Amino acid sequence: MRSMSVLIVGVGGQGVLLASELLSDAALRAGFDVKKSEVHGMAQRGGSVSSHVRISGQVFSPLIPAGQADALLAFEQAEALRWVHFLKADGTAVINRRRLVPPVALFRKGPGYPEDPVASVRARAGRVIPIDAETVARRLGNPRVENTVLLGALSGCLDIPEDDWMRAIEGRVPAGTVDINCGAFRAGAETAANWEDA
Amino acid sequence: MKVLLSGNEAVARGCHESGLHVATAYPGTPSTEILEEIASRYAEIDSEWCPNEKVAFEVAMGASFAGARALTAMKHVGLNVAADPFMSVSLIGAPGGLVVVSADDPGMHSSQNEQDNRLYARFAGYPCLEPSDSQESKDFVGHSLEISAAFDVPVMLRMTTRVCHAQSVVRLGERREHPVRGFQPDPRKYVVLPNHARVQHVWAAERLERLAAFSESSPLNREEPGRRDVGVITAGISYQYVRETLPEASIFKLGISHPLPIERIRRFAASVGRLFVVEELEPFIEEQILAAGIPCEGKKWWPRLGEFSPDIVAAGFVRAGVLERGPEPPAPVEVQPRPPVFCPGCPHRGLFVALKKFKALVATDIGCYTLSVYPPIAVGDICVEMGASIGTAVGVAKARGSGKGIVATIGDSTFLHSGMTGLLNAVHDGAGITVVLLDNSITAMTGGQHQPGTGKTLSGAAARPVELAKICAALGVERIRVIDPYDLDQTGKALGEALESGELSVLITNRPCTLYPPEIRKSILRPPFRVKPDACIGCHACFKVGCPAIGESEKRTEKGLSQSRIDRTLCTGCSVCSQVCPVQAIVREPEGGAK
Repeated sequence: MRSMSVLIVGVGGQGVLLASELLSDAALRAGFDVKKSEVHGMAQRGGSVSSHVRISGQVFSPLIPAGQADALLAFEQAEALRWVHFLKADGTAVINRRRLVPPVALFRKGPGYPEDPVASVRARAGRVIPIDAETVARRLGNPRVENTVLLGALSGCLDIPEDDWMRAIEGRVPAGTVDINCGAFRAGAETAANWEDA
Repeated sequence: MKVLLSGNEAVARGCHESGLHVATAYPGTPSTEILEEIASRYAEIDSEWCPNEKVAFEVAMGASFAGARALTAMKHVGLNVAADPFMSVSLIGAPGGLVVVSADDPGMHSSQNEQDNRLYARFAGYPCLEPSDSQESKDFVGHSLEISAAFDVPVMLRMTTRVCHAQSVVRLGERREHPVRGFQPDPRKYVVLPNHARVQHVWAAERLERLAAFSESSPLNREEPGRRDVGVITAGISYQYVRETLPEASIFKLGISHPLPIERIRRFAASVGRLFVVEELEPFIEEQILAAGIPCEGKKWWPRLGEFSPDIVAAGFVRAGVLERGPEPPAPVEVQPRPPVFCPGCPHRGLFVALKKFKALVATDIGCYTLSVYPPIAVGDICVEMGASIGTAVGVAKARGSGKGIVATIGDSTFLHSGMTGLLNAVHDGAGITVVLLDNSITAMTGGQHQPGTGKTLSGAAARPVELAKICAALGVERIRVIDPYDLDQTGKALGEALESGELSVLITNRPCTLYPPEIRKSILRPPFRVKPDACIGCHACFKVGCPAIGESEKRTEKGLSQSRIDRTLCTGCSVCSQVCPVQAIVREPEGGAK
């Protein structure tokens, strides 16, 4: 069994915690020991949110040491850059092409919203897979499945059989949306598989 | 069956499996989910939110006196509120079994301090159990109850944020019932008159000696043999970081960190070369080991402040010379911060936008509204602890000789928690301050819990709602006014009159939280606003209300200034931004345009 550490990041309200629950559930179904850690409290109020997921035969620390994440899944571009120091030098970053400028950027002097976060992450990661998850989700007819598209894009980095992903999705999403979520997952996986890094 | 549970969910499961009867709490991060989980999954347990931690403690304590198995959960600073019964009940005992969950917050993720409550356990003579993952969080509830009933002692189950909120795999068991034994009257035990308490104190001291003997033989304290040149004593989440970073070391893992199994530690120390103690926050274990004359190294290599991580624990071993320095981890990139903000439609926004104009001295309190201190609103001069705003404002007024221009802002749940006595004092004192009661009809910051004003209990049952205005009147306040914080004009006028009056005034805001409870959100949403591109002059006045729904658009004015834009999927239609726009460029979408 290959050990994997995945950091999922985004902005409060984007669904980072649900995505990390899905990943943990799928890994557990695949027979791994799993630990997952995040801090609650500010998740609803537009703050930066991160969730550590560790998958192995036996996991001790629920937190990933800096520079030790095999994969980084970012729901938002600037958040990818904020957390990239957790990624291994040869790690993969899957980055949603969403840009959420925080209100603070509008009235405070400072570094400002990063110019091209994807390019900056590329300079520090083994591989970068940028994905316009919203467009993929809209093509499937429901912009709300953006997160499942992103999990699908991440799945290529992990040793979790598709069946376990599907069971995890079935167990966690609203009953009427299982099919579209499974479709979104496959579409994300396919988009990432076809991506050729420049 | 194996499932993935957070530490808090596992504690709730442990309550179920160990036959708990009564669970109480006041919400507080990182402990809140324990009671929520009990209420939603284990209906056989009588669970309730109490107005504050002291009451929650007393209810659980009373249940244990009457022979029930009881648990009360609180964040670390909540135990300060409950400290009075916490200390005194130690001399009485807890015949049915009483577990006090102290959820500490190293690193202050959502707290005003990072006190280490293991010191309280020692102070009061409680056993202290420290789980390191969710399996132990579940199992230690049962162990705590067994110890509590067997020794007639309340037990502290000491969690930390990382244990409460991390999820790990848990093996589930079945519930085992325990009969409620009933109250056995014994005034010498249950009535702590001095002549009774003196006798009970001797008993409690002797009980602690028996507990120390128990700790010596308990399998909750276990040795994991490894390299003989390095021995590590650790507990709680630090154990996981030690296993991760120095897996070959000999480890003595403490499940019971008070009282310590000091003779076993002495033997372990003799069996290893250098002895390290790795513990978050205070040198609680280290100092007791040193006091027993056993040399060890701890805070010399690891920080006393802040939360640990595998990186911090590894760095300590590197400094101590027992771990080779690994490759330097990459440095973080400086990215613009993303601080939490008031939600779109939050009723606190209008109040603080209106209050900002008065340049008042504002003593605020603990809740979502503390976010007003951050820019762009930047209102709030003092905030200490739950319920402190009113008393503090009265003190400031004394020092100034007048209450004019002094405001206390306090939420509904915080007022009911511990603000009422402050207001009573303000009446009695004749203080001329202005109190703003931010009534959003929920405990919002911790995720939307009911309180005595909402008319619902933890389990969702109907309860008689208390009315804040009536409470204020009953406490003796004469100037009470209900205001609509979405109406900046009215709110500003009411604030101005109160601040100028020099008399004690209470203003109560009347808009509910836009997030909680989720089922009322639909009734709050009104058609969203939009920016008229032909009217927006790019002055950015609307940015200053700090709403996540407002941003910069691509459009520019003739002078090249960026115009504003409103995200209609986020906008709740509260209208506050439209009232600050100097050119009326922000207008409501027609009815039916709402999402």
